[in-house]
Amino acid sequence: MTKLKTTESREKFQAFLDLAFKLTTRFFAFAVLALLAGIIIELFIGAMPSIKTFGWKFFTSTDWDPVEVKFGSVIQVYGTLVTSLIALLIGIPVSFGIALYLTELSPKWLKRPLGIAIELLAGIPSIIYGMWGLFVFAPHLADHFQPWLIDHLGPIPGIGMLFQGAPMGIGMLTAGIILGIMIIPFIASVMRDVFEIVPPTLKESAYAVGCTTWEVVWNVVLPYTKIGVVGGIMLGLGRALGETMAVTFVIGNAQNFSFSLLDPGSSIASTLANEFNEAFGDVYTSALIELGLIMFVITFIVLALSKLLLFQLGKREGEKT
Amino acid sequence: MSVLKTRNLILASAMAYGMTVATSAFSTDITGAGSTFIYPVNAKWAETYKMKTGIGLNYQSIGSGGGIKQINAKTVDFGASDMPLTPDELKKAGLMQFPAVMGAEVLAVNLPGVKKGEIKLNGALIADIYLGKIKNWNDPAIKALNPGVKLPDTKITVVHRSDGSGTTFIFTNYLSKVSPEWKSKVGMGTSVDFPSGVGGKGNEGVASYVQRIKGSIGYVEYAYALQNNMVYTQLESRDGTYLMPTMETFQAAAAGADWEHASGFYEILTNEEGKKSWPITGATFILMHTMQDKPANAKEVLKFYSWAFDNGAKIAEQLVYVPMPPSVVKLIKQSWHDKIKDTAGNSVWN
Repeated sequence: MTKLKTTESREKFQAFLDLAFKLTTRFFAFAVLALLAGIIIELFIGAMPSIKTFGWKFFTSTDWDPVEVKFGSVIQVYGTLVTSLIALLIGIPVSFGIALYLTELSPKWLKRPLGIAIELLAGIPSIIYGMWGLFVFAPHLADHFQPWLIDHLGPIPGIGMLFQGAPMGIGMLTAGIILGIMIIPFIASVMRDVFEIVPPTLKESAYAVGCTTWEVVWNVVLPYTKIGVVGGIMLGLGRALGETMAVTFVIGNAQNFSFSLLDPGSSIASTLANEFNEAFGDVYTSALIELGLIMFVITFIVLALSKLLLFQLGKREGEKT
Repeated sequence: MSVLKTRNLILASAMAYGMTVATSAFSTDITGAGSTFIYPVNAKWAETYKMKTGIGLNYQSIGSGGGIKQINAKTVDFGASDMPLTPDELKKAGLMQFPAVMGAEVLAVNLPGVKKGEIKLNGALIADIYLGKIKNWNDPAIKALNPGVKLPDTKITVVHRSDGSGTTFIFTNYLSKVSPEWKSKVGMGTSVDFPSGVGGKGNEGVASYVQRIKGSIGYVEYAYALQNNMVYTQLESRDGTYLMPTMETFQAAAAGADWEHASGFYEILTNEEGKKSWPITGATFILMHTMQDKPANAKEVLKFYSWAFDNGAKIAEQLVYVPMPPSVVKLIKQSWHDKIKDTAGNSVWN
């Protein structure tokens, strides 16, 4: 009898524990939502003086003049998007190659050390990349690569516009390349992980009908893992958009608009890192906060686009079968 | 021992020391915040002062803008700013200010084959270079000033600060004084819209860009040029003489300043009169409330700076700062007596 009672009370107690656990975890989950909303609201309030002063012109103006108190976001948004785009152009193919080699081609004994090396690369603090970029990489670019770009690509009408100017070694191109190197470990390790979960039977059947390694990867592995692959790329893009220290070191920090990738520019993050400490006056500070808000929106749009893309991909698949 | 290494060591020891101060929490400890420029010398002064008196200084180098905000909010006993407030601003905020220590800026260049102090520049030329009007080192205007110096056919890359900074304020103030075009087109401030060039974060950022980019020119604190063994230029004084950056020419600029008539010490030490006055010098200013709710704290701050003026000159010079000349110190102490009062209206400093 007593024994039964104790089990009953224990069950009750356990049910209570379960409930408490559920509520606690729910609280954590909702806290994230609250935090997100709080950040947006704070940014919006902080940006209000600037929004009132400049309105929509903030998005079309290349001004950044603290003395005259005239601000616009074109320079920083351009710098942010261009450097991230260069980073993706470099990061995606290289990461794809790394993941492909590790999952399909590499001998077994090499997989682990290579995989660990990539993960270690992800753990290097960004300031190290920045310093390396400035002290080691930029001088090489300035002496060898950039003069070549200017001589050979500069005269071409259209894209030549992107390769004008002096070979200084620092600028948007350098920042993009450094970012590309920085996001490789993120994209590569995600790609490797998702490539590894492809059922061997799928791949083996493809090999059995005479596919080459490339055909297997392109037609079997990639379609099977596209959600993970896009997710990995987005992870990399997110890091590239928000990276601060490394970019600040090598982008040149000039608040002058130029299409050329060789010219110094600014990204949103680097501008905030440079100018927030000593910003004076309401409008200046709030213009910086509005930049932060724009950054938030850009990240949100990127995320939304990637979700949409995945959704579309999924739908098309549904039609096929 | 190199200057910057000394500065860094002091920084580290001051940080450790700041922590112990925070935990012991003596009510008599002085608190201050602001300029990063003054931090190393402030910390070294504080260390020596603490050994002598037992009173510590808790100084947070958060930048001049932050210092002004903090003193306005009364969270600290004093603020420190590289940019003096105008007499109007002081009056509005109920503050007074006095210069604590000075520094000088030099123009550093990266031109292979050119030695330290070999190139002469004047204000108009520097302004034109920073405006982007003079684009090449073999420009006739530069050549005319430097006969006999081999100037290469290299594009000029202008380097400036990317972060808001008192260093930029002093430099753009100088350019505004010597070039009307700079004044109307760009103006002065802790950060301005530079028409050309690349921006480095901090003095060390500018220094490293100048060392890396051939044909570059940048303005840095003298201590950084010294430490990095950079090639600096001669500059023309207001009286037309060409000067090398030395402690002597820096102090001449301070002595040449007309502090006595500068209302509220609003004096920016650029382009000062005198044949030996280095044209780009500046001071860091200490800001305090004129009416003190806590006169005991204010008195401790004044005692500290009084000690620093009387005994800290050597420490300052070791760190390549320029101490205030005795004639100016006398004026400063007089202004303490005249301006800083407790709630009953009595002078805090006698």
